[in-house]
Amino acid sequence: MGNFHNEHEPLGGKLVTKTTVVCAILAAIAAFLLAKRMVLGLGSVTNLNNGYPWGIWIAYDVVIGTAFACGGYAMALVTYILNKGEYHPLVRPALLASCFGYTLGGASILFDLGRWWNAWHILVPKYMQTNSVMFEVALCVMSYILVLWIEFSPAVVSKFAVLRPHKKKLERILFVFVALGCLLPTMHQSSLGTLLVVLGYQIHPLWQTPLLPLLFLCSAICMGFSIVVFEAVLGSAGFKRSIKHEMPQLGKIARIVQGFMVVYLVLRFGDLIVRGELGSIFTSGLRSLMFIIEIALFATPVVLFSRERARTGKRGLFIGAVAMLLGGALYRLDAFLVAYDTGPGWHYFPSVSELMVTFGIIAAEILLYIVFVRTLPVFYTHKLTPAELAAAHEK
Amino acid sequence: MPVNRRDFLKGAAGSGAALATAAAASSPAQARPNKQMPPNAVGLLYDSTLCIGCKACVAGCKEANGLPPDFNTADQLWDTPIDIGPKTYNVIKLYADGTADHKDEEQNGFAFVKKSCMHCVDPSCVSVCPVSAMTKDAQTGIVGYDPDICIGCRYCVLSCPFGVPQAEYDTPTPKIKKCEMCRHRQAEGKIPACAEVCPTGATVFGPITAIDAEIARRRALQPGQITTFERRTLGSGDVHEKAAPKYLEHVYGEKEVGGTQFRFMSSVDYEKLGMPNLRDRSYPADSEGIQHTLYSGMIAPAVVFAGLVWAAKRASHVEDEHPEE
Amino acid sequence: MYDDSANINGTEIETRFGVSRRDFMTFCAAMAATMGLPKGADAQIAEAITKKDRPSVIWLHHQECTGCSESLLRSEHPTLEKLILEIISLDYHETLFAAAGHQAEAARKAAMERNKGKYLLVVEGAIPMKDGGIYCKIGGQTSLELTKEVAKDAAAVIAIGSCASWGGMPSTPPNPTGATGVGEALGRKDVVTIPGCPPNPYNFLSTVVHFLTFGKLPALDKENRPIFAYGRLIHDNCERRAHFDAGRFALEFGDAGHRKGYCLYKLGCKGPETYANCPAIGFNDGGQASWPVATGHPCIGCTEKGIGFAKPIHALADLKTNPPISYPRIVEEKGEGASLGAAALVAGVAGLAAGAGFKLAGNLGKADAKDEGEE
Repeated sequence: MGNFHNEHEPLGGKLVTKTTVVCAILAAIAAFLLAKRMVLGLGSVTNLNNGYPWGIWIAYDVVIGTAFACGGYAMALVTYILNKGEYHPLVRPALLASCFGYTLGGASILFDLGRWWNAWHILVPKYMQTNSVMFEVALCVMSYILVLWIEFSPAVVSKFAVLRPHKKKLERILFVFVALGCLLPTMHQSSLGTLLVVLGYQIHPLWQTPLLPLLFLCSAICMGFSIVVFEAVLGSAGFKRSIKHEMPQLGKIARIVQGFMVVYLVLRFGDLIVRGELGSIFTSGLRSLMFIIEIALFATPVVLFSRERARTGKRGLFIGAVAMLLGGALYRLDAFLVAYDTGPGWHYFPSVSELMVTFGIIAAEILLYIVFVRTLPVFYTHKLTPAELAAAHEK
Repeated sequence: MPVNRRDFLKGAAGSGAALATAAAASSPAQARPNKQMPPNAVGLLYDSTLCIGCKACVAGCKEANGLPPDFNTADQLWDTPIDIGPKTYNVIKLYADGTADHKDEEQNGFAFVKKSCMHCVDPSCVSVCPVSAMTKDAQTGIVGYDPDICIGCRYCVLSCPFGVPQAEYDTPTPKIKKCEMCRHRQAEGKIPACAEVCPTGATVFGPITAIDAEIARRRALQPGQITTFERRTLGSGDVHEKAAPKYLEHVYGEKEVGGTQFRFMSSVDYEKLGMPNLRDRSYPADSEGIQHTLYSGMIAPAVVFAGLVWAAKRASHVEDEHPEE
Repeated sequence: MYDDSANINGTEIETRFGVSRRDFMTFCAAMAATMGLPKGADAQIAEAITKKDRPSVIWLHHQECTGCSESLLRSEHPTLEKLILEIISLDYHETLFAAAGHQAEAARKAAMERNKGKYLLVVEGAIPMKDGGIYCKIGGQTSLELTKEVAKDAAAVIAIGSCASWGGMPSTPPNPTGATGVGEALGRKDVVTIPGCPPNPYNFLSTVVHFLTFGKLPALDKENRPIFAYGRLIHDNCERRAHFDAGRFALEFGDAGHRKGYCLYKLGCKGPETYANCPAIGFNDGGQASWPVATGHPCIGCTEKGIGFAKPIHALADLKTNPPISYPRIVEEKGEGASLGAAALVAGVAGLAAGAGFKLAGNLGKADAKDEGEE
């Protein structure tokens, strides 16, 4: 029987390229600005104010960023929970992206916290305030980051000979962490939506609903699947790597994305109808426009992936996945910033420094991803044919 | 490798089923009821018709809490707050319409409004704080803040329906700043500074029971009827005479988001004074309702976890039959 | 009456008024400034005073303390007394007259006859109306009868002081004598009132000079008070207003705040509901230091009916003022919107990403076509 775990191999290749150098520079700029923030305070780098206490660092780096990092979650669900071994080659790259996405998302939270040196209070029972949605999100995210790295650890352990004896032990208990790796994001990705419920009237009715946890969860899982497609196609172009053997699975994922998006749209519109807010779609100015763009982006994969060509070709997969990701990102940006009505007189738009920190963190993620896939066994090199692979899984 | 409707439908059905369960669980019928007024609740009654805009309360609050001047003019010489902020817990704002000739009239009139912490009965800030840095005193109901516990996440700033908590952005060691009803003074048997210095009794302190009674008394007055108004605290006996105005029937803070311990009486509509039009049910009632339904006792997560462990173990069994090198 | 219209020059002024031309012009400028008149008015005033005929003035006293007359005379300006007596022809004044008794009354009647329809009637003091007005009689006539008689042929009637304006101190509740202002007693709506207890003499003097210069009275408010003096609240001109706006109050006479000159609102200052120009010009030519608030006593609202001598001195005033423009409004603009740099950065990055995306999609399409071709 073929053993397929050792089909993961480092990609190799030059670490210092135009891309990695640019990313490194952007990351360095962000590091400098964050140092400035630590010394002088949030106001020295951001335009945050008490009308908009949460800005782009929370809305993008934490909320959108972790949603983009749901690849590991989606792949764990389908590969281990639904036991579809055919998706196995896509797991590690997804996990890697999730590791960095969540770790840097968690780091972003620390940078955004005003009194970050007290962050450990979240773990102290006498301080825990369990009614707070943020409490749950914080604990779940903290634990999930740990779980992700444990889930990814086989790749690290494989690389270093000194660790190999421990590999068996690790793999025996890994299933617990896989289970956690599905439970925890279900909890906190939905709760990122629940965070907004207490804001009540301050969130525009096109976004404020008791269904927020459900809508956030549905779109997050879908974004997890979409990011896998996106990174696979992008990686094939960027790393000049064939994904011929992964195309069928990507095509199936496209169907899953379609399914989730249909459910999401039904829930979203059903909720608007039940709450009597359908009319607001046309009467809310800028917010109307943003809502319509969101829906258009969400509907794109539903329409596009109905055509077989779109599911079986890289271009169609890329466009559909990007549309879904942009829709999910816009939904979160809108829910946290655009739909937020803090009261008259307040203005907020991120400052240049604030934006450079966000861009720098994204650049750091890209840089680290490239370095890791080139040096660790993350990508699958398909020494088994798909038929052999499927047969092996049937046993 | 045919990709067919089967997978699509599986995906849709599976996700739909899972999410529908969660949907049923998060319906608003699960919202918990509003919290109740504490037994020894104290509060402040602000009467806009008595207020003359002298700002003694603004100056008094600054002094009592050791707050620095809040500069908002080019010359940076005087304390000129334009709103509550990290350096200003309490401010008096002006409503002006047209020629602003007549006090306490909406058309071509002017009126004053005091803005500071409402000390809600069911506060959003207390509900959302992950580390219990914002707390509501179980006896007096005062909403207090402990910077030593606070992590600076600013969820309280975001969630307050009145925009009260103010974070600092110009320091690496920021705190949240808001009115705490001078609880440090109350601990010494004194009353909040704003009530202490008010010359006309526009801001008056007292137990909520006394405030309720005073509101009822003022509501029953005929406009133009000469009556006495107490200054500093209800029951102080320090009174002055004045003709009663025509009050709005609505007293702000009696019902809004479950009630507040800072109440307003006015002749001018509250929305014009910048007070939001809020429902009776508090917002924490909704969000805590969802959280409790989903996570109460951690039962649902435990059940789901058990299922996930079983599934993950089953998947890893398959792999065990094909041990790697 | 004198008629000097033929000879006016510097030496004439000195001879006639006993002051240098410079002092005379200073006086005219001061008059113009007090009334808020535009540039050039001082010259008009100078001309009027030197050229025009001096009008006859009959000055009656009723229920009063003579404080208004005293106020007029008490000014330190050395020749004001002289100027008044040279600008107008004071044909009857019980306090200043050397004559008394029948001779005084005879002088009055003669002056009235001589200047019929052209003299000014100035009334000081309230007129009692109760019980047929017997509570004040001069020369056998009640105040009411006397005033009616003199007012009949007067060109204008000026009520000086709060007593003559609306009843003043004698009308303090319960007002046993029925003390009433001149306008109300006579049933006339054209009586000019210069309230105050006492009013600043320049308020009266400027009104008379205005009448002399322009042939008509200055602009009056709805209580017939000259707007140049009574058009603004004391609160709006008070030198302690900044303390009110910042919430600094004296709580007791002699306390720390009182000694620092804090606002006297809490001690009952009626400035916020009293119209007068006391803070602007002060009394006794002593400048801004000589009015009640400047000395540390709250304003008692002596010009206002219903406030002065009616409302307790330490009762809180109602606020009639329009708040300052810079008062914090319900909605104030706060926070930074999009800066040019930030907007450009976002647009730039979005553009780059979109461009790269489109390019990649295009390349992928070509790769797909190639793959399909190979299959």
